[in-house]
Amino acid sequence: MSHALASIFAPGFFSNAEVEVAATVGAAVAIVAGAVGVFTVMRGQSFAGEALGDIATTGGSGAHLVAVGPLWGFATAAVAAAAVMEMIGIQRPRGRDVATGVVLGAGLGLAALFLYLDTNTTGATFVILFGSPFAITSSTIPLVVVFGALSLGLVLAIFRPLLLCSISPEAAAARGIPVRVVGGLYLLALAIAVALAAVTIGTILSTALLVGPAATALRLTRSPGRAILAAGAIGIAATWLGILMAYDSYYWPPVHQGWPVSFFVVTLIFLGYLLSGLARGRENRAAARIAAREPALERSIG
Amino acid sequence: MSAQASSGRGEEILSVERVSVSLAGREVLREVSFTIGAGEFTGLIGSNGAGKTTLFRVILGLTAAAGGSVRIAGRPRSRRNPLIGYVPQKFLIDPDAPLRTRDLVGLGLDAHRYGFALPSRARTERIDEMLAAVDAGRFADQRVGSLSGGEQQRVLIAHALISRPRLLLLDEPLANLDLHSGNEVVGLLARIAREQRIAILISAHDMNPLLGVMDRIVYIAAGRAASGTTGEVVRTSVLSALYGHHVDVLAVHGRVLVVAGAAGELAGASDPTHTHSQVEIIP
Repeated sequence: MSHALASIFAPGFFSNAEVEVAATVGAAVAIVAGAVGVFTVMRGQSFAGEALGDIATTGGSGAHLVAVGPLWGFATAAVAAAAVMEMIGIQRPRGRDVATGVVLGAGLGLAALFLYLDTNTTGATFVILFGSPFAITSSTIPLVVVFGALSLGLVLAIFRPLLLCSISPEAAAARGIPVRVVGGLYLLALAIAVALAAVTIGTILSTALLVGPAATALRLTRSPGRAILAAGAIGIAATWLGILMAYDSYYWPPVHQGWPVSFFVVTLIFLGYLLSGLARGRENRAAARIAAREPALERSIG
Repeated sequence: MSAQASSGRGEEILSVERVSVSLAGREVLREVSFTIGAGEFTGLIGSNGAGKTTLFRVILGLTAAAGGSVRIAGRPRSRRNPLIGYVPQKFLIDPDAPLRTRDLVGLGLDAHRYGFALPSRARTERIDEMLAAVDAGRFADQRVGSLSGGEQQRVLIAHALISRPRLLLLDEPLANLDLHSGNEVVGLLARIAREQRIAILISAHDMNPLLGVMDRIVYIAAGRAASGTTGEVVRTSVLSALYGHHVDVLAVHGRVLVVAGAAGELAGASDPTHTHSQVEIIP
């Protein structure tokens, strides 16, 4: 038994301080990303999420240049980009892709400049782009918690109006809900969530944590509250398993060199999504069988 | 038109007075006037682009009128008007969206409030009651996105009705439904108007599915409107005056056809939908 456990958890896993920080931050981020991500998928704003993540690279590389913590850089760049997108016209379904694309281009231009200026730190570039939860210092935890609470609190506070706006902006407006304000607040929550996800798995991969668990949860659950809980749980599972596998990979042949955590996290999320498709397919077939039976039933009653 | 005195109508729920609207410099509605009484079933009839949705937006307070006024139950309209329920034409729901029928109907109760809805027995009972009233209890726990068009329409009606409005606006609810589902929706709406005294204003490009249930009709063409009972409005003289040129109103097998193409236009056009034709030919 203990031998079996030892083969799953490599020596020192539970006593490693870096692992502990990574697991704590990873879980906090996964919960926030799950809640925000459910709406990102429902609203069809995955591209905006991806763009905000890419633009966070600008902030991360800029922060590294002026020697402040990367999370500040990620968050500043993502929030600023979200504000510009809102002004250009992301609230209009047809303006969405254009607003996102234009801001994305401008942001990445700056990122290229900052990463170029920062010539002697290729390691930093890799961490910004692809992340490393093992590189997170424990002093970052309070900031992660504050940002996480802000983003999660925002989404939960506007939960009902946001839900209706996501399904029918017309119906929401008819009820006197300020659709544009709600959309803007959501974009702010999204920008912060993306910045947080960038801390764990890097700017380029941050959308995977945001969209992947949420898309999987959507297939497995039927109500919005449960989808948020499921997305958080899936995100935590993928992050923790990813951390474990990355830790174990130091002991893997042939090179005995740790593999990036991000690779494992993103791959696990993707596999989960594929598996959920099988579950959903079974549910659909069951529903089709019921639907096929129903008219006959109605005839026999009426 | 001169219909106001003809029927003994009850309390006035909606009064639209000389409303004019211009969008991007184009006059969409010109001095449109009509009233709706409690529990009346009114059809807002006009071809696509006639200004039906614009008129709804003015009634809801989402588009400003260049002139005229809208009064709800005798009072000027307010920003959030709990007396009006609205069923939009477009509805962006993905089949995968995690939203059950009961969640959407629940949003009709409190979507304007902040935070989560805490589950309560009273809330659940009210939702179940509403679902039963529109005969949607059977799919209460299914994803809304997985329902058929007619089922979704019933859920949207429940969503709009659960806050107990006095006037229900429906934007082209029959547009994407087959004949059978359409008739079911119309029957449901007629029952709601009759039993709960909720006034219904329903827009449609074809008046025929509504002929049996409409108390009154508001016919929009060329930016102007004529209102009254169907007998008063759907006449060659009234509609010709409205369109500004001669139109023919034909009754064929219990259906009404309005041939409103300008002289020669209908015969000459290769595609009749490009004329102002209201001809509906359904086998």
